[in-house]
Amino acid sequence: MTVSRFRTIIYIVAAIVSLAGLADATYLSVQALTGETLGCGGSPDCFRVLGSSYARVGGIPVASFGVLAYFSAFTFATFAAFGYARARIFLIPTIGAMFLGTLWLLYVQAFLLHAYCRYCLFSAATTFLLAGLVIALPPGRDRSVS
Amino acid sequence: MKRYLPFVIVAIVALATLGTGAMLYRAKRPHVHAISESKTPGKSDTESAHVRGNPDAPVTLEEYGDFQCPPCGMFSVFLQQLEKEYDSRLRVVFRNFPLTMHEHAHEAALAAEAAGLQGRFWEMHDVLYREQESWTKAPNVRELFESYAGTIGLELDKFKKDMDGEQVKARVEADRQRGESLGIQITPTVFINNQPLDPKDKNPEGIRAEINAALQKKSQT
Repeated sequence: MTVSRFRTIIYIVAAIVSLAGLADATYLSVQALTGETLGCGGSPDCFRVLGSSYARVGGIPVASFGVLAYFSAFTFATFAAFGYARARIFLIPTIGAMFLGTLWLLYVQAFLLHAYCRYCLFSAATTFLLAGLVIALPPGRDRSVS
Repeated sequence: MKRYLPFVIVAIVALATLGTGAMLYRAKRPHVHAISESKTPGKSDTESAHVRGNPDAPVTLEEYGDFQCPPCGMFSVFLQQLEKEYDSRLRVVFRNFPLTMHEHAHEAALAAEAAGLQGRFWEMHDVLYREQESWTKAPNVRELFESYAGTIGLELDKFKKDMDGEQVKARVEADRQRGESLGIQITPTVFINNQPLDPKDKNPEGIRAEINAALQKKSQT
């Protein structure tokens, strides 16, 4: 297998993983917007996490930022898979920022709230997987679409 | 064609995300109906509803709550603040809506209703919310509820008998059925002058704004 083909496969896998994260973040955003996380209707731990003050930034649900981040990651990975070299330049810092954000959210769940929301853990797993895929990318320049 | 394919894929995913999000939002948005006049607790309706505050208050806040639900516990603290702030302008109505996901919620509702039979519903309501963290994790909640009954001055034998009686079960069930008929799925669900509170207003500022708007509306009529 050539390096170029291996890279393309990684971009495709990254796009698919981003889609899973996008679905999860969309679901969480809808929950926040319908107010379900503010009341009992879901699991008690989900309430403690998603109903906490850490779940919103400036009144906007953190999950909405997740939707934006996963959609960006999906877009860049898709374009990179089709040979758009510039997409890779954007993909790596996007996933880096998502990784740092995930670390913060895991810290909040583990040490500040002492509760875990399974949807948030799923999102953390997808981000870690994306970070792993980016790290696995062989160094060098991507072929460009002319 | 291959050159445009990523644009097509990204556009399809964007549309699918927006579409699914909108559909989910429509499906999950609580469809709680307003309370019809026939279901409004009147001044003489204390048999079927627990009312606290001025019976002639211009604003009625009706809550469907679950004693084991953490947001309901937090809401009860806020509610006490509101009662002090609005004093005679606000009356509060409580209805039981124990969720099946909460192991001891139904039993707690029975305890509150059993206390209500001795005229101490609100005292038990306050204790249950205040001590929520303790009894939620307790292996034998009944013992704790009985100790709360003793603390608020209930006749213990009657309380024990009432907790197992049909009367309190029927009251809790009537509240739950009433809540279901209004489309309630989550707790706390709050109505202000019979109108359901919008999810976006489920915060102290939103609730105060709704009460103030209801007061203004009453003063104009």
